[in-house]
Amino acid sequence: MDITWYLVLSAFIFAIGVAGVISRRNPLVVLLCLELMLNAGNLALVAFARMHGSEAGQVFALIVMVIAACEVVIGLGIIVAMYRNRLPIDIDEMSELRG
Amino acid sequence: MSATTFGWLVLAFPLAGTVINSLGWRVLPGRLPGWIASSAIFLAFLSSIGALIKLQDHPAEERHLVDSLWTYASTADFHVDLAILIDPLSVFMCLVVSGVSFLIHVYSVAYMTSDRGYSRYFAYLNYFVFSMLLLVLAANFVILIIGWAFVGAASYLLISFWYRRTTAVEAGIKAFVINVIGDVGLVIGAFLILDKTGSLDFLQVFSQVDQTFTRNDGTLVAACLLLLVGAFAKSAQLPLHTWLPDAMEGPTPVSALIHAATMVTAGVYLIARMFPLFEQAPAAADVGAIIGCATLLFAGTVALVVTDLKRVIAYSTISQIGYMVMGVSAAAYSAGLFHLMTHAFFKALLFMGAGSVIGAMAGIQDMDRMGGFRRAMPFTFVTFTIGALALAGFPFTSGWFSKDEIIGSLLNRGGLYAVLGVLGYVGAFMTAVYAFRMVFRVFQGEQAPEARELEGGHMAHGDPVNPMTGEPEDTDVGFPGPEHHIAERDWPMKAAMGPLALLAIVGGYIAIPGVDNVLEKFLEPTFADSRFADTHPSTGAEWIGLVIGGVISITGIGLAWWVYIREPGTAARLRERFPRAHNFLSHKWYFDELYDAVFVRPATTIGAFCRRVVEADFVQGTIVGGATGIVRVGTSFARSIQTGYLRAYALLLLLGVAGLTLYFLLNSS
Amino acid sequence: MWFEDVLFFIAAIGALAGALGVVFLQNPFYSVLSLVCHLLGLAVLFLLLNAEFIAAAQVVVYAGAVMVLYLFVVAYIGGTDEPLRPESGSIAVLGPVFAFALAVELCIAFISSGLKALDSTGPDISRPAGADTFGSPGAIGELLLTDFLLPFEAASFLLLMAAVGAVVLARRRRGLEDEGTGPMRSRDEPPPTETLEVRV
Repeated sequence: MDITWYLVLSAFIFAIGVAGVISRRNPLVVLLCLELMLNAGNLALVAFARMHGSEAGQVFALIVMVIAACEVVIGLGIIVAMYRNRLPIDIDEMSELRG
Repeated sequence: MSATTFGWLVLAFPLAGTVINSLGWRVLPGRLPGWIASSAIFLAFLSSIGALIKLQDHPAEERHLVDSLWTYASTADFHVDLAILIDPLSVFMCLVVSGVSFLIHVYSVAYMTSDRGYSRYFAYLNYFVFSMLLLVLAANFVILIIGWAFVGAASYLLISFWYRRTTAVEAGIKAFVINVIGDVGLVIGAFLILDKTGSLDFLQVFSQVDQTFTRNDGTLVAACLLLLVGAFAKSAQLPLHTWLPDAMEGPTPVSALIHAATMVTAGVYLIARMFPLFEQAPAAADVGAIIGCATLLFAGTVALVVTDLKRVIAYSTISQIGYMVMGVSAAAYSAGLFHLMTHAFFKALLFMGAGSVIGAMAGIQDMDRMGGFRRAMPFTFVTFTIGALALAGFPFTSGWFSKDEIIGSLLNRGGLYAVLGVLGYVGAFMTAVYAFRMVFRVFQGEQAPEARELEGGHMAHGDPVNPMTGEPEDTDVGFPGPEHHIAERDWPMKAAMGPLALLAIVGGYIAIPGVDNVLEKFLEPTFADSRFADTHPSTGAEWIGLVIGGVISITGIGLAWWVYIREPGTAARLRERFPRAHNFLSHKWYFDELYDAVFVRPATTIGAFCRRVVEADFVQGTIVGGATGIVRVGTSFARSIQTGYLRAYALLLLLGVAGLTLYFLLNSS
Repeated sequence: MWFEDVLFFIAAIGALAGALGVVFLQNPFYSVLSLVCHLLGLAVLFLLLNAEFIAAAQVVVYAGAVMVLYLFVVAYIGGTDEPLRPESGSIAVLGPVFAFALAVELCIAFISSGLKALDSTGPDISRPAGADTFGSPGAIGELLLTDFLLPFEAASFLLLMAAVGAVVLARRRRGLEDEGTGPMRSRDEPPPTETLEVRV
């Protein structure tokens, strides 16, 4: 397949991820959608790696995966702390930074 | 040292006195500020004498010396210096001002003891003398106006000297406001003259007047009328006279100095100095003479009725200055200035005597409560009577010679001026009556309790009160001091009143018609270019005038004696028979009420309106409120974006990314 | 070859379906499972792109470890059986709309770009015999230890920090009255939306 297909697919997945981040209220699901976006980025990276014939893109994608893992860990830690302090699991309630 | 150097010294000494007294007020003990100030004025007097002597060294045509200290402004067609003019007129004025001021300073040394503001008083007084001397020595309009304004400021400072008295402060403000009206007239008049002649220097303007203006030229008449406005405001002539009676709120020596002998004569000096302008615009001179006459009659009638001792003398001042204004407007310059000099002597003397009496009365100024001080205060009685005799123009006093010289010159000129001269005799009659009204009511008649106490050997004390309103005060700074001083007990007061009494008697002998003519000859170089330099009543006519004047004066004194001594109830009966006339006169012809209704009320209404509507609603509400409102709306809009919702922020992020992508997409295609 | 294209489409549809499932499924548990499906689809795509090691890492690490972690947390929180409040308001509409707009823009960017390389399947990536093939673990490993050593070390350091952070976030604090599962509170009043009144 032409690389273009992969890129287009990556764009769609990214868009779906973004829509999810904006639309969902449960922070767990928001994090999941964040994962979607990261994966879309990964896909694009790997596609470009193939296009150039260089593995640098794949290494980059690997590092991205590591980052994603760290971010998930911390995010989930925050959600657990929220749950422990008996705050509602709803990102609309977390609006203390209001101006 | 040349005459002009002496001229600068005349200015320098009082200025030094002011600076020393104002800077050293904490450290100068006791009466020292008073002696410093008096010495400063004495030195100024000596310098004036020096200037006089040096001036006479020059031949008559050259007796107008100008000296400039520094050039103020110099452009192609405009040149102003800080310059003084030494000529007979200015030297004469310097002598009178510094001489009488010196005596008043000596008087004040005693009178103002125990006042908490002693140094301040003498600093102000010296500053006043400095300003007055600056005014009379000025060589151009700019310095004249500066001196004029300084004198107005000094008058304000001294009238409201007892600044915690509300009536004094109000009087000071009133004086200053009317003074400013005069200032406006003076400045605009000077500007008109600058506009047409291109110069502000006196000698230059005077030499050009006849070429630049035709007789009774519109601009010149306007300029002269505006100068008259200035003169009338300063000299308290109709209609700008209302400040002078109120100015009696100041200490009595201040009244003596400023409001009798010197400042109020500045208007007379101005008209005399500007004589080339007035002679080329006789319409303005006529106006001046008419107003002078009207003023003297008006003030005379009011002085017959008011009961506050100082205010009688104040109205008398207004009246006598009316004579002087009439004189110099009618081109009788040396006559008008002669009367200025003699008036300075006897009016200052009268005020000093009044101060002594008021001291004995522990601050009360109401003549209704005075009486019979003759035996208790002999020195004051004698000097006061001498002053009153001179005021009334009793034969062989200085006032007799000077007042009748004016009236004689008026009659000599004929026409309108003759009519004014006759009215001057009417005024002289009234003057004699009210002068001796004062003498008889204060010193003769039934003894007041304070007089009895004083005869017994100790002075009356009362609780300190405001003499006008009767409300109680204390004696701390801003109010008069706790002690009162009378001439009999304080030698400086005697030392000042004595020479003045002497001068009030003999001061007229320098201008006995047919015998000598010292003043006129001395002033001749200044007024040499006058059209009327040679119009002079004959000696015989002058003596006839003197005789008429003497008769009128004696008649007036006799009438006063009859009303107050012979038939003591006459005054009360007259008051009952003519209550409306009495009210009209005692309310000073309702001038104050008129001005209040025409000027003060509308001004305060406009002010209140501005405060309510313009300031509060328009400026504060619309402009300020509008500006802040716009900012508030804008910021609240900006603030509404900060909702705190994560998702909204994410949406914004998305919008940003999408927008950027779109931008790059469009740009690259 | 033809089956590559077929495989591509199958994997692509699987990935897309998984993504849509993540977004639209109400139960977070199902969302997680949907994401796992998506990850597997993505792994197949990686394989098609000759990224063997990445595909393996995706399955083992991402789908295997990270998603399992997710499942643990969802189980702990007690994935809500009560339906959340229905999405209302402009955000629920604007989000998808603008996301779609973004997708369209990106597609236009890709498709209409002048890069010829995009229109091909990529250059020839064969290696001499004996050398590591493109995308093999050996090749990636070599790169990690030579050219990309610094990012590699940094990433591991980051992992360490994340682990420490997770421990700190999740530890029990002494003195809190009672921790443990609490019912989910939902505030009664709607969150205030008006701005504060400040007097100038």
